[in-house]
This record gives sequence, structure tokens and C-alpha cells, in this order.
Amino acid sequence: MKVLVCIKQVPDMESKFKVASNNVWYEDTDLAYRMNEYDEYAVEQAVRLKEQVGDCDVTVLSIGPERVKEAIKKALAMGCDRGVHINDNDYYSKDPYQKAQMIAEFAKDKSFDIIFTGLQSQDTGSAQVGVLLGELLELPVVTTIVSFEYNNGEVTVKRELEGGKKSIIKVKVPAVFTCQLGLNEPRYPTLPNIMKAKKKEILTFEASELLKVENLVTTAKMAFPEKKGGAQILEGDVAELVDKVVKILKEKSLV
Amino acid sequence: MKVLLVAEYREKALLETIYELNGFANSLNAEKVFFAVGYESNLPKVAGKLYLADAEKYGEYNPGVHKELIKQVVEKENPDYIVFSHSSYGWDLAPRVAAALKVGQLTEVVAIEDNTFVVPSCNAKLRRFVRHTPGKAVLTIQAGAFAPVVDSASPEVEKIEASAQAKLEFVGYEEAEAKSVDLTKAEIIVTAGRGIGKPDNVPVIEELAKALGGELGASRPVVDAGWVDHSRQVGTTGQTVSPKLYVACGVSGAIQHLAGMKKSDYIIAINTDKDAPIAEVADVLVVADVMQFVPALTSKLK
Ligand SMILES: Cc1cc2nc3c(=O)[nH]c(=O)nc-3n(C[C@H](O)[C@H](O)[C@H](O)COP(=O)(O)OP(=O)(O)OC[C@H]3O[C@@H](n4cnc5c(N)ncnc54)[C@H](O)[C@@H]3O)c2cc1C
Ligand SMILES: Nc1ncnc2c1ncn2[C@@H]1O[C@H](COP(=O)(O)O)[C@@H](O)[C@H]1O
Repeated sequence: MKVLVCIKQVPDMESKFKVASNNVWYEDTDLAYRMNEYDEYAVEQAVRLKEQVGDCDVTVLSIGPERVKEAIKKALAMGCDRGVHINDNDYYSKDPYQKAQMIAEFAKDKSFDIIFTGLQSQDTGSAQVGVLLGELLELPVVTTIVSFEYNNGEVTVKRELEGGKKSIIKVKVPAVFTCQLGLNEPRYPTLPNIMKAKKKEILTFEASELLKVENLVTTAKMAFPEKKGGAQILEGDVAELVDKVVKILKEKSLV
Repeated sequence: MKVLLVAEYREKALLETIYELNGFANSLNAEKVFFAVGYESNLPKVAGKLYLADAEKYGEYNPGVHKELIKQVVEKENPDYIVFSHSSYGWDLAPRVAAALKVGQLTEVVAIEDNTFVVPSCNAKLRRFVRHTPGKAVLTIQAGAFAPVVDSASPEVEKIEASAQAKLEFVGYEEAEAKSVDLTKAEIIVTAGRGIGKPDNVPVIEELAKALGGELGASRPVVDAGWVDHSRQVGTTGQTVSPKLYVACGVSGAIQHLAGMKKSDYIIAINTDKDAPIAEVADVLVVADVMQFVPALTSKLK
């Protein structure tokens, strides 16, 4: 069985962001990067599937500059077998369609049985790449999965809907699944597995080798939202902060 | 400009989100046409033509079939925009329609400014202004971004049909679990977010809740990790609350969390990050380490 997991490396959302000088992206130096949260669930599900069926080869793929290899290495340390890096320094100008097309170009003749992606990326949140990939490969796609069961070529999943309701869907492989938060509990790579991962292969392609289409969407500008809210900001010594908050609670008759 | 607005039915009920799409279309002054797989006995109150596929025949959501039906309507009507709510239905179906039409999609639109669509980025800390190539585009609209508009009219219905091979088998629904705690009745809620760091710290937040005479709430990651029971989750996939006082401890303020608590009367947030989006809805943002501030506040209140 062959499985593909697509992961994106994104900045830690607690970072202090600055708009880049090109005005269309955030300044990407001086940021801490990590694996997109949704994709951690995708990697974990792929590794669990491998543990379940035994005979299973898991490829993890990421598009982006050299640094995204760090995210690939984490996935390898979690248990994926091989990495694919699509090297792209101009990653921020690619739209979801182009990313999906590049992945499809790589995947088209590899007969993957199952492809996992995240529901969405935390920095752009387009929630498109997984679905577009499935459409390009003409595979069935199920989005927003919160449970996954594989049995003899057939997969049963639950899709999360609104208000805690779920729909139960059955589909035969090959198929694409986009993973929602809480699908499983992503493991932490252990030290021995981090060491083992260092020996695993990472194949590199240049984006230009795979890219065949023009973008359909462009970012004209990136900016900070106007602060509408205007929360009163309290800073300083903890004891003073406590006094201030107690005073507010009393004024508002909340204590 | 012409827009095709896509309504959703689930188990015979029309979802109210169509009225926000209607509001969005009005803000553009656009000509409106509608599409739904739904029931003639339960039509949306909107002015315009509604292409209706009979849900008795097509059943609950089936992406391949809905995509084919929308393609037909697009051929007939030639709209500039095909518009969905950014919901489990919209984010599932929109990219399929975009792929079928070979057009771009703009996701989770919150506003239109300078002829570009504004979408959130990086947990709403930034905004991207995006454009699509000339011609059609698919949009999904963030819930709550546009005020709902109910027209005092009924749509003019035109029935449509399609045949498409279903690639997925819909087995059934699983209902939401019964809620063992009703947070909607609590007057004070103190919520643990991921910023509390580890499960051992949950009791510290619980102590504050007790000291204030309130209930413990939780953000989704705290629930997903099993630190707090799901019945205490606040947000779009948890409960929607509006207590007199909401204290958010180490919660960043993602849109799905805000949707569940922004109507609270008074909101105090404790966060080490001064720029955390929770500040958009909070009355007070205390910039502090939650594990230092919360125990200190609790002992002062005692
Ligand atoms: C379809 C869908 C539905 C969802 N439904 C929900 C829902 O119902 N409810 C929900 O909550 N989320 C929901 N989410 C998830 C949501 O998008 C966010 O991922 C989630 O709300 C983040 O939770 P958080 O704020 O606790 O964690 P984070 O976003 O990780 O934020 C942690 C915060 O803690 C702060 N912090 C860190 N350390 C400290 C410290 N020592 N002291 C003080 N502050 C600290 C950080 O600055 C940060 O702001 C949903 C997502 C999707 C896609
Ligand atoms: N640069 C990328 N490299 C590999 N996979 C990606 C990339 N961007 C997005 N994806 C995948 O597509 C999913 C949805 O991303 P998005 O459409 O950007 O919200 C992510 O969770 C990833 O699984």
C-alpha cells in the first residue's frame, strides 16, 4: 500500500508578524516555524495506517524553501518512510491551484492508495489544496475528517459538520482525505526515531520542473487589521495587575 | 454583476446562512440567482430565481452530484461569482466547483476593499487582499462577516436535474453528544486555552472559576488533547455562551472560538501575546503568564 501525506511549514502563530517589504507577504525571517497543525494529524493518521496494515510505504511531501525540510524531517521522525521536497523560494506567490497541480504532477503516476492533507493551512487558510489535488487526480475526496477506519480497501470516516454533528461516509481507495483537529493524538518523535529519520531519503524537485499552470489568485496586499476592538491593555507587575483586575471586577459588580 | 448564491439544506431544514450570502450580494448591488438541493415546501425568503434540485431524490449532501448541478446553473446563468458560506458544506464543495470551472477561489472573505477581497491570515493577525484572474471566481464567505438580509419575497423556482456517479457513500449522521454541562446558563465562565501549557494546570483555572462562582470552559485544543471534557468546549463546534463575565486564559481568539463567546457582557483575557486576536473582542487584555497571574488572582479573591 502507498500513502502520501502533504504538509506545509508555517510560522508559529504566536509570532510577532511584520509585513514584508514587497507588501504582499509577512516578513519570513526571524520567525519560528513549525508543521501546520492540521498536517500533524494527517501525518499521524498515515503512520497509524502503516502500523495497522504493515505493508505500507508513506511518502511525506512539502513545497517551500530549504527550511521546510525541517518539517519533513519531523514527519520522518514520526514514522513516514521517505520525504519529497519541492523546492520553491517563490512559494508565497503560488496559489492553491498551482500547489495542488505541482503535487498532482508528482503523484500522478505513483498510484498512491491514500492521500492525506490538512483541512487548511494556518497562515493562508485557503482549505483548497487537498480538494483540488483530489479533483486533479480524479479521486474521491472527503474533507474535515475526525475519525478514520481502514478495512480491506474501504475507508469509513466521520466528517465534522456544525454543532457537533457528524456525517459518516464510506469510500473505496484510492481516495484523498483532509484532516481536522482532534482526528487523533499526534505523537512526539522519540530520540531514537529522530536519529533513524536522519538516514531516510529526501528527494528534491525544483518547483519549475513540476509547475505547469498559471496562478488564478494573487495577493495584492498584506496588512494588519484595523484595531476595532480596543481592549484596555494592562501590563506590568503581576501583583499590580491582580489589584487592577480585582478593582475592575468590583466596579462591574462581578465579585 | 451577477452572483450565484448557494443555499444549504440539512435533514430537510434550510440553513439560515443563505441570508448572510443574500446580505453579501446586496452589499455588492449584484443581480442574484440562487441554487439549492432542497425542498419546495421550505424555500428561502429571497428575491430572485432559485434553481432547485429535489432533495427527496438526491438525498443528503453528495459532493459529486451538487457539483454537476451547479455546473449546469453556471452554464445557464453565467454568473461572475459563485458564492458559498465558509461552512463544512462550503469549504468542501467550493474548491470542487472551482476545479470544475477552472477558476480561482477566494476563501473566507470578510470584506471587499479597493476592488480586492479581504481574507484573514495567520489566525486573523493579518489580512490578505486577494484578486482573481479576470472572469469568474468562487467565493466562500466567513460566517458573521455580512449581516443577514431576509427579502420580503419568494424566489421564482426552476427545477433542475443531474446525473452523476456518486464516489462517496453517505451512511448516516451521528448526532452531537448530549451535553452534560450547560454552559449557556453559567453567568461566569473561566476558560482554559492551550496557553495553560499542560493538563496539570487545568485545576489552577478551575480554582479561579470556583473563586468567581463560575464554570470552567475550554478551547478546542484543550478538549482535543483530552485535558477537559468536550461538554465544556466553547466555540462553533462547542457551545455558544454569553455570560456576564468571560475570562479567557491562554486563548488566542481564533474565529471559531470567538463565535462561541463574543456576545459575553464582559471579557477579560490573559495572554502573554499583546497582539493575540482575542483583544478584538476583550474588554481587558492582561499581558501576563497565565500560570503566574491566575493563581495570584484566585488567592486575592479568596
Ligand atoms: C471547523 C473548525 C471548528 C473549530 N471549532 C472550535 C471551537 O468550537 N472552539 C475552539 O476553541 N476552537 C475551535 N477551532 C480551533 C480554532 O481554530 C483554534 O485552533 C483554537 O481555538 C485555538 O485554541 P487556543 O486559543 O486555546 O490555542 P492557541 O491558538 O494555540 O493559543 C494559545 C494562546 O495562549 C497564549 N499563551 C501561550 N503561553 C501562555 C502563557 N504562559 N500565559 C498566557 N498566555 C499564553 C498564546 O499567546 C496564544 O495566544 C475550530 C477550528 C475549525 C477549523
Ligand atoms: N506548501 C505546501 N506543501 C505541501 N502541502 C501543502 C502546502 N500548502 C498546503 N498544503 C496541504 O494542503 C492543505 C490545505 O492547505 P491550504 O489550501 O493552503 O489551506 C494543508 O493542510 C497541507 O496538507
